[in-house]
Amino acid sequence: MSSLETGIDITKVHDDDHAHHEELSFWRKYVFSEDHKVIAKQYLITGIFWSIIGLAMSVIFRLQLGFPGIDISWLRPILGQWIDESGKLDPNFYLALVTMHGTIMVFFVLTAGLSGTFSNFLIPLQIGARDMASGFLNMLSYWFFFLAGVIMFISLFIQTGPASGGWVVYPPLSALPQAMPGSGLGMSLWLVSMALFIVSQLLGGINYITTVINLRTRGMSFNRLPLTIWAFFITAILGLISFPVLFSAALLLIFDRQFGTSFYLSEIYINGEALPNVGGSPILYQHLFWFLGHPEVYIVLLPALGITSEIIATNSRKPIFGYRAMIASIIGIAFLAFIVWAHHMFVSGMNPFLGSVFMFLTLIIAVPSAVKAFNYTTTLWRGNIRFTPAMLFSIGLVSLFVTGGLTGIILGNSALDIQLHDTYFVVAHFHIVMGAASAFGLFAGVYHWFPKMFGRMMNTTLGQIHFWATFVGVYLVFFPLHYTGIAGFPRRYYTFTSYEFTKSFTDLNAFVTIAAIFTFLAQWIFVWNFFYSMFKGKLASKNPWQSNTLEWTTPVVPGHGNWPGEIPAVYRWPYDYSKPGAKEDFIPQTVPHSQTPESNLPHENEEIAIEKDIEAQNFNDQFKNAH
Amino acid sequence: MENIHQLRAQREPEETLSMDPKKFILWLFILSIIMMFASQTSAYLVRRAEGNWLEYDMPQIFWYSTAVLVASSISMHWAYLAAKKDNFKSLRIAISITFVLGLVFLWMQFLGWKALVDMKVFFVGNPSGSFFYVFTGLHGFHLITGLIVLVLALLAAFQLRVHSKNLRRIQICTTYWHFLDILWVYLFFFLLTFN
Repeated sequence: MSSLETGIDITKVHDDDHAHHEELSFWRKYVFSEDHKVIAKQYLITGIFWSIIGLAMSVIFRLQLGFPGIDISWLRPILGQWIDESGKLDPNFYLALVTMHGTIMVFFVLTAGLSGTFSNFLIPLQIGARDMASGFLNMLSYWFFFLAGVIMFISLFIQTGPASGGWVVYPPLSALPQAMPGSGLGMSLWLVSMALFIVSQLLGGINYITTVINLRTRGMSFNRLPLTIWAFFITAILGLISFPVLFSAALLLIFDRQFGTSFYLSEIYINGEALPNVGGSPILYQHLFWFLGHPEVYIVLLPALGITSEIIATNSRKPIFGYRAMIASIIGIAFLAFIVWAHHMFVSGMNPFLGSVFMFLTLIIAVPSAVKAFNYTTTLWRGNIRFTPAMLFSIGLVSLFVTGGLTGIILGNSALDIQLHDTYFVVAHFHIVMGAASAFGLFAGVYHWFPKMFGRMMNTTLGQIHFWATFVGVYLVFFPLHYTGIAGFPRRYYTFTSYEFTKSFTDLNAFVTIAAIFTFLAQWIFVWNFFYSMFKGKLASKNPWQSNTLEWTTPVVPGHGNWPGEIPAVYRWPYDYSKPGAKEDFIPQTVPHSQTPESNLPHENEEIAIEKDIEAQNFNDQFKNAH
Repeated sequence: MENIHQLRAQREPEETLSMDPKKFILWLFILSIIMMFASQTSAYLVRRAEGNWLEYDMPQIFWYSTAVLVASSISMHWAYLAAKKDNFKSLRIAISITFVLGLVFLWMQFLGWKALVDMKVFFVGNPSGSFFYVFTGLHGFHLITGLIVLVLALLAAFQLRVHSKNLRRIQICTTYWHFLDILWVYLFFFLLTFN
């Protein structure tokens, strides 16, 4: 039925075929581009911009935490009035910095910067498509994100400061402008920016899912998809299901703030006067927020895990261990992500029985996560490892994933969590398992696919120095925080000097700050390497890592439509590395089994018979069919 | 083992699924709307279970507006059948009827709001009333986007760009409109049951 319909379309669409060969103007080619590769680079560079801002913020508040009351008047040219006469950081602005650091890193860097970059860049290239299902929606997705960023950026400079109630913006703190300066205009701009960001993510996610399902090339069945694509695909589904819920939460919060409804507010007294709001429930917001908030953790992490699977297999020169188990664990994690949200709310006064149900479900996540950790390790085991920067960051990710995952098991227990809730132990846990691990995935991806993006190689030595500095730095920053957390340091406090027990941790806090500054400075090696290599790097070859996936069969810098001529067909899975008997240690997906009799397994010899059928299949070529 | 391998060789290779991407995008878009309303209605239930809940009877007019919207769905389906048979005259009439019924529905929803205000159920006040306005308002907003899609389909129908060989536009339009109808029926019975 569908092939009949497309058959009719072919004749009709051929008339507009000339549209594809027109030279596009500068604006359409580099700014309002519909090409997935350009959009991916736009996401990446915007992400780098935001990560510099977000990390710089963390260094500023870390200065206050490590050296309470430190004179930072040298920052006055940037922060202006937020530094008082004695050179101290304004406590309200400290809260704003913490909030903005969280918002920027979680949403703008690790969601948009990671998923936006690599889903856009790799999905069409690795499944063999000319472009995304809808280039226009894809462009729209980036520009909504851009607009969200502009509004968030503006909110940094208003007089009352940006939103300051923590990145989770719990009401009533965030709902009442009287509560704190940041809950005024800054909070309104935060909500507008997030609403636009949600629209951007939905448009992007809808496009990724549609493209993966509908535009795979001949022979690219689901059991031949690279694990990167599986991860991006499941991530997009997570986003599609959870972001509308955040939108609901934000919408009701907007109504409470702007129109005086009482969804989240009830019986509040300010300066002895009762507010008119009656009948709301702040816990309702927490439920809605964490129904997104928990999947969001995996929206951030899964793409990094997918990238790591691909890079570890390629650079170990071994097939990924447990391909199907990897897919099953991605799906398992994604499913569980939706039914564990209340483990963020153990201290909200919820029924302890309900708490133990959520605890049980939360601890089950350890199973698929452990499967992934084991599979990475067993892929590395006795592999012919090449320590490229991308590989180093991938191995670093596995290390962080295990370290942070172990503290997750501790925090998942409601009895322990009640003690550790909102302490630096939690901060250390999620920064390692979600923040640093995902950032390592991002770095690994950039180092690995940089040659395909820009046609040049990044400097390997600088990459390795960058890795070791970051890897050591991350552990030096976050490992000590476990101890301060167990000791009882609550997060988001401006200063701890008023408590006796904190005295013995002064040196440790100063040490963490110095490590944070060191790690921040190390990132400039990457920034320099990135921009220098973009213009002056060594020219790349077509397939510099000798990898199997489809993107390496395109020209060095793929043009519009990715492949000149026909899209290649796919005959095998993407992990035929070091196959016994094969001439080389890799066999790209485009090589038919009929050309490799020396290395075929018995059942693969039988697949030779269906190669002709694969070649006769529908191209799924958007240039030939209507799109 | 041998038998299994032989069976596998005889099997046809899997054709990569290829549904119309634009229609697929619509279904995913619908899924995100479903998630939004699912979250809102569950929030409603969670909040309702906590007590301090204003109870009131739903104004009569929402029964009539529901009937109008269901009728518009029928005329929408008529439009689709007409397009399939290249019956352009009925196509235009059917789309126009759907559009007018959509407008009538919106107007009746507005009257419903007025009736609520007369009953002293306000947007600002007990969340039970606020939720009612939010549900109807959000649905109304989506219905306006549906009306825009309808106008585009009507323009296409006048330019003879909708016919039996080019059904994509009318199919997308029909699916979206039926979805908005079903969504409202769900919200209506939801609000009726858990008032």
